[in-house]
Amino acid sequence: MELDHLWGILFGSLHAMVPITLAAIGETIEESAGLFNIGLEGILLLSALSGALGAEASGSALIGLTVGMGTGALIGLVFGVVNTYWKGSQLITGVGINLFAFGFVAFMLITLGAPGFHSVPRAVQVQLIPLGVGSLSPLVIVTVILAVGVYWVLRRTHLGLRIRAVGENPAAADVAGIRVNALRLGTAIAAGCLAGLAGAYLSVDWFGAVTKEIVAGRGFIALATVVFSGLNPLLALLGGFVFGLFDTLATWIPTYPKVKDVIPWQFVAMAPYVVTLLVVAGAIGRVQFPKALGNPYFRE
Amino acid sequence: MRLHQLNPVVESVVAGIIGLAIGAAIMLAYGYDPVSAYSSLFRGSFGSVYSWAESLANATPLILTALTFAVAMRGGLFNIGAEGQLYIGALAAVSVSLIQLPYPLHVVVALLAAMLAGMIWSLPVALLKLGRGVHEVISTIMFNWIAHFFAFYLIANVLTDPIRGEKTISIVETSRLARMVPHTSLNYGLIIALVAVAVVLFLLWRTTSGFELRVSGHNPEAARYAGISRRKQVMTAFVIGGATAGLAGAVQVMGRPPTYAVMSGLPQFVNLGFDGIGVAMIGRNHPIGIVFAAIFFGGLLVGGRIMQFSPGVPLELVRVIEGVIILALAVPELRTVVVRLWTKTRGRKQIDGT
Repeated sequence: MELDHLWGILFGSLHAMVPITLAAIGETIEESAGLFNIGLEGILLLSALSGALGAEASGSALIGLTVGMGTGALIGLVFGVVNTYWKGSQLITGVGINLFAFGFVAFMLITLGAPGFHSVPRAVQVQLIPLGVGSLSPLVIVTVILAVGVYWVLRRTHLGLRIRAVGENPAAADVAGIRVNALRLGTAIAAGCLAGLAGAYLSVDWFGAVTKEIVAGRGFIALATVVFSGLNPLLALLGGFVFGLFDTLATWIPTYPKVKDVIPWQFVAMAPYVVTLLVVAGAIGRVQFPKALGNPYFRE
Repeated sequence: MRLHQLNPVVESVVAGIIGLAIGAAIMLAYGYDPVSAYSSLFRGSFGSVYSWAESLANATPLILTALTFAVAMRGGLFNIGAEGQLYIGALAAVSVSLIQLPYPLHVVVALLAAMLAGMIWSLPVALLKLGRGVHEVISTIMFNWIAHFFAFYLIANVLTDPIRGEKTISIVETSRLARMVPHTSLNYGLIIALVAVAVVLFLLWRTTSGFELRVSGHNPEAARYAGISRRKQVMTAFVIGGATAGLAGAVQVMGRPPTYAVMSGLPQFVNLGFDGIGVAMIGRNHPIGIVFAAIFFGGLLVGGRIMQFSPGVPLELVRVIEGVIILALAVPELRTVVVRLWTKTRGRKQIDGT
């Protein structure tokens, strides 16, 4: 294997890291506040579509990414309202979001003309940064900055302390004058924003197209990454990179004739999911989750 | 039956109406006529003997995957692994066609193999939960994807049809489920699904383990005080769930003409597990409710195809409607919320008599 291949795998892994890490740090924010959103997959899918359409309509990749974030924020808002003020079931809401997204995106792709596939013109995709050994998406850098930023907010600021208080002991936070439901709603919207950016990245940047299968479980891998990271956005960066590496290897290995004959491609494709399971199984035990995670807050 | 027992039914109906209303709004937004779309949808699903038979045929696997979700939910677990378990069940049923057996026995062996395969596939989920504390949502989703690629591998490399490489070998004559209504897809798989409903109903509401499972789901604290073993409940829920999901895969491949085989890409299986979650939720995780919800949803899928054909509304809208129904059902005090929003939009007019 030549050096070029190693660079290719590194850049591929970094690009594959972006959606997983972005969605994971968003989820980290809301899980810190006590919300568990398994609808990430659906948010990624919906914003992949809306981001692509936004970029095409405006002719600007930046606006496309913003539209994706807005879509994510909107779904985050719905999830937040249902699970704070309306005391809903978080898991069921998440399933609803996913089903809605699968149906709606497939529906839209058909109404757009080409069933199952919609490509984004090269001109409105995010421009890559040429680095000599390969090109890098600016979103990789944005992801690293966001991970550090979210880490700093959650661990080092007053706002972060309040978010964690609401997740740990909402009744005590309420007594301390924190508006539990409002703060949780805010984290749900922020999480939606980040997942929306991740989704728009898939279509406007990485793949340059929208399909029904574009997300391919990355929303769920992001959920696993949150578990793996123990609600630490910096470790979510590492987790995203590890899954990204396997994702990249799964597409690289089948192109090597010698390897292809030894390992069927289906087993390579399985690898990221198996690794996720193993990592999560290994990580749990040392991970401490917020005590109120998954439960609506009832004032007594 | 007391009135409060009807509440879940009322909520499901309200959620169904909300789903259909939002579906209509989306159709209007995209320039379709919702009235003609819905009328062709319901004529297509329940307008004739043929459409009834097709709706029931579509309901059959959904009843079984909904049971998977409902049994776990009754035990306080969120098992979304039916999708993967049913792929494995279907392929186990196909593999039984490699051996030769006389007619009724062959069917029984294939069904048992599928149930066993489903159970085995769901076992690691239970063990990871008990041993390592891995949340079942994460592990079932991962196992679904592993099952997906494993099924691709088996179709392309192990159970491949020697003549047509894009499918597995067909279920042999002696291992097929006969049709109940000629020239339709409806087969005796429906009876198998209804038997499974009866068995689950009996297990959960007429046996001590079933009672313990429901208690530990309803009130984990009380269950712990009563000395109910969490370990046993988790195992029971996943084993029963794996069996019914495996069965769903089996009836789908053993009873559906014309190929009686698993096609590459799994077209006849994809989403049956996820739709089962919706069906279980609309049926309020009760076996009887699930039968009705499955017929409703099976009907939507059949009618959706007609709707796609005649007013040209994409079939996928059916899944949008399903998603909205689930979102509505996620709100526990749905009626109160609807009434409150209604009064707000109506200029805070007082509505009483609730």
